[in-house]
Amino acid sequence: MMQKNIPASSDAAAPLGMSRTHLVLMLVLAALVVVSPFTLYPLFVVKVLCFALFALSLNLMLGNLGLLSFGHAAYFGMSSYAAAHAAKVFGFTPELAILFGVLVALALGAVIGALAVRRKGIYFAMVTLAFAQMIYFFSLQAPFTGGEDGIQQVPRGNLFGLFSLRDDMALYALVAVVFLLGVLALYRITYSPFGQILRSIRDNEARAISLGYRVNGYKWLAFVLGAGFAGLAGSMKAIAFQLASLTDVYWGMSGEVVLMALIGGMGTFFGPIVGAALVVWMQNELASFGAWVTIVQGLVFMFCILAFRKGILGAVGQLLGRKV
Amino acid sequence: MLIFGIPIQLFSTQIMLGLINGAFYAILSLGLAIIFGLLNIVNFAHGAFYMLGAFGALLMLDHLGINYWAALAIVPLVVGLLGCVIERFVLRWIYDLDHLYGMILTFGMGLVIVGIFRNMYGATGLAYSMPPGLQGGFNLGFMYLPASRAFVIVASVIVCLATWVAIEKTRVGSWLRAATEKPQLTEAFGINVPLLITLTYGFGVALAAFAGVLAAPIFSVNPMMGSDLIIVVFAVVVIGGMGSISGAILTGFMLGLVEGLTKVFWPQASSTVIFVIMAIVLLVRPAGLFGKQA
Repeated sequence: MMQKNIPASSDAAAPLGMSRTHLVLMLVLAALVVVSPFTLYPLFVVKVLCFALFALSLNLMLGNLGLLSFGHAAYFGMSSYAAAHAAKVFGFTPELAILFGVLVALALGAVIGALAVRRKGIYFAMVTLAFAQMIYFFSLQAPFTGGEDGIQQVPRGNLFGLFSLRDDMALYALVAVVFLLGVLALYRITYSPFGQILRSIRDNEARAISLGYRVNGYKWLAFVLGAGFAGLAGSMKAIAFQLASLTDVYWGMSGEVVLMALIGGMGTFFGPIVGAALVVWMQNELASFGAWVTIVQGLVFMFCILAFRKGILGAVGQLLGRKV
Repeated sequence: MLIFGIPIQLFSTQIMLGLINGAFYAILSLGLAIIFGLLNIVNFAHGAFYMLGAFGALLMLDHLGINYWAALAIVPLVVGLLGCVIERFVLRWIYDLDHLYGMILTFGMGLVIVGIFRNMYGATGLAYSMPPGLQGGFNLGFMYLPASRAFVIVASVIVCLATWVAIEKTRVGSWLRAATEKPQLTEAFGINVPLLITLTYGFGVALAAFAGVLAAPIFSVNPMMGSDLIIVVFAVVVIGGMGSISGAILTGFMLGLVEGLTKVFWPQASSTVIFVIMAIVLLVRPAGLFGKQA
């Protein structure tokens, strides 16, 4: 079985049912999100936030159900195409373009999820990966994706038709708010009764069935939600960087997001955020070294699996003796 | 002459190309199935080993002057040995963990191998000159059959059949099947299961390298050549189910053929048809065509 995964939250009295540790972490996260654009390059932080949300969306299934959606880039990339197309061709305002992207990801997740939940474990990973590859081939050929060029010069537009997002700080404010709301929503889902049932399915599927739960239905819903949040991340990225490209639907991207969850700690809620920050930072540092990025990523993968399966936050939690 | 309104020339050529793809699917999914059976690891690095096979043939020809026919034997042996070393020093540590970890570990391993070759040779393809014995071809009357392509199909059928005989009909094969079913019990009968596991991984990887050598003269040799292919092979494996050796071989050839036929009638769909079949199989028979119903 998977290592110790996301534990149940104990203290129900705190806001959103957070334990004190989680409340502190949530406040630290919010503080970091507010402060970091003044010390770091805002667009870099935007990238981190988009990928952090993406990694969290993967971990919704991985952490709670122990199922790896190995083709998660499909929802991220497809929604970024959808949002970019909506903003550029339909002339949607950014919030509508993002919403459109999320809807596309939800629909895609609903179809692929319904097929994928019919298999378990390792086959589930292979099925999701294979369908993502199908989406990639489709994106390669479909006229609206622009093939190798992607969709470029996507207008950021005016939020609600009123506030221009051309300024990086205005854009940052939007991304930060959506990100924090997304984190809260995912947190709420993870520690809701629904999340409890997901973990019970992970721990003992036969028992969950005997208790009367339609496990495939729960898995499917978790899958669709995960796809939706991946879509939110992808759409925001398309608007923020004014670009949707094949890179975002390719299996390499699916691998990267797995790496983020793994480094940060897939058994923790906040871990994928840390992992995303690290991976994006690493890519920035190694950007000029060509294929070395891939080699380093591969080595980090191997190291994490062989010696560091708890991930950073998992290890920190163990040191502190707290559930993080 | 026309078949379904399509010139027989085009028809038979596409069927041949489909069979060639099918040959690669069959060898690769066969290797995946053998490895998964004993090690419970979905070997994501399989595509990288296929690429290693092709590069091995290319480098041996360029630097050592070793020709294609010798490479067909030497390269799989060398890559297989590399596989044994990797099993012994890397994979052995994760057998007690969830199968997902094995898949992620070998994914990382594939990234490293492919990354090294991309650093050294770039992302563009290199050409492997056609070995003298495979130049030319046969005029079958209704189509022209290049010798190189005919050889790929024949060689892969022979290798697949030999592997099937080795596993189903020989003593070592019976140990392998026993260890796949019940490793502890097999060990209690005095069979060295850890050694068997090492050799099995080496053999599975050698199969991938053999496919790579076969591919070298007919496709361009580049570091990424196995990366997309392996994902299609995953779909093949899901369709066939990993439980049966003959099933893996049959499914591989069959899907190659279907892909070729699709290219005739609806070229745009040819890259996605295997995934559509996978969706249908998941709906109708989730365990796969040859899989045990779970």
